[in-house]
Amino acid sequence: MRVYEFVMSHQTSPFRLGLSKGLPFILVVLPFAVLFGVVGTEAGLNLFEVLSFSIVVIAGAAQFTAVQLLTENVPTVIVLLSSLAVNLRFAMYSASMAPYFGDLPLWKRASVAYLLVDQAFAISATEFEKQTTWTTNDRLAFYFGAVIVFIPFWYLGTLVGALVGSAIPPEYALDFALPICFLAMIGPALRTMAHVGAAATASVSAMVLTWLPHSLGILGAGLIAMMVGAEIERRMGQRSK
Amino acid sequence: MIDTTTLWIVIIGLGIGSFSLRFVFLGLIGDRAIPEWILRHLRYTAVAIIPALVAPLVMMPAATQGNFDLPRFSAAAVALIVGYMTKNVLWSMLGGAVTLYPLLYLLG
Repeated sequence: MRVYEFVMSHQTSPFRLGLSKGLPFILVVLPFAVLFGVVGTEAGLNLFEVLSFSIVVIAGAAQFTAVQLLTENVPTVIVLLSSLAVNLRFAMYSASMAPYFGDLPLWKRASVAYLLVDQAFAISATEFEKQTTWTTNDRLAFYFGAVIVFIPFWYLGTLVGALVGSAIPPEYALDFALPICFLAMIGPALRTMAHVGAAATASVSAMVLTWLPHSLGILGAGLIAMMVGAEIERRMGQRSK
Repeated sequence: MIDTTTLWIVIIGLGIGSFSLRFVFLGLIGDRAIPEWILRHLRYTAVAIIPALVAPLVMMPAATQGNFDLPRFSAAAVALIVGYMTKNVLWSMLGGAVTLYPLLYLLG
C-alpha cells in the first residue's frame, strides 16, 4: 500500500491521483443518495422534484432536513433557515479552499464552489497540505478528478431511491431511516470533547425547546451548541479540524 | 401533502443559499484571512444542528404518535455508538437497521 501510494504521488498526474482518492467515497455517497430518493418520494415529491433537489443543492443533511420540515408544515422561511444552518459548515470549507484556488478565474472558482461537498473538502484539504509543490492547476485537476468519481453517484442514487421508494411497504419503518442516517454521520464526527459537548448540548437543548413554534427549537439548540463547542475548543486550546 | 410552490421555493432557495455559503470565501474574499473565532464556530455546525434535529425524532417519533418507542430508541443508540466506535458511516447505519427490525418484530 505504501509503495502504491508512493508511485501514485510521484508518477501519476494530479487528476489520476484525484480519481483514486475519490473512488472509495462512492460507497458512502450512494446509500445516502438512495435514502434521500426514498425519503423524498415517501414525503410526496415526484421524480423530477427529488432529482432537482439533489442536483440544485447537493448537500445530503440539508436536503433531509428540508424534506423533514416540509412534511411538518413548518413555515417556508424556517425550513430554509434551519436547512441552511446545517450547511454553515460550507463557509468553513470555502475559507479553507480559498488560499489554494484564489488566483483562478471566477467561473472556475464558482465550479469548485458548486462541487464543494463534505467529501470533496475532506479529500482536498488533506492532500493540498501534503502536496506543497503543486500549482493551482494541479490542485484543480486533482479536485475535479476526486469529485467526478463520486458526485454522479449522488444524482444516480437519488434517482434509484425515487424509483424504488414508493414500492417499499410501511412495515419497513422507513420513517426511521432519516434519524439513523443522521446519527451515522454524527458518530464518526465526534472526534474531540468539543464535538461531543456540542452534540450533547444540541440534543438536550432541542428536547427542552420543543415547545417553541415552527421547530425553531432546532435552530436555537443548534446555535447554543455551536457556541458550546467553540467555547470548549477555546478553553482546551486545541485545533480539531 | 407538501405544497408545490413552497417546495420549489425551498429547492431554489436552498440551492442558492448552499452555493453562496460554498462560494463566499472562494469567490468574494479570496485569500484574505478569516477571523479565528468565526472558523471556530463554523467547525461545530454539523455536530450542533444535526443532533438538535434528530433528538426529538428519536425521543418522540411521529410513527408512534410522539410516544417513546423502545425499538426506535435502541436503534438510534446502537447507530450512534457503532458510528462513534468504528468511525464508519456504513457500519453505523447497518447497526441501526439490525437493531430496529428484530425489535420491531418482537415488540411491535
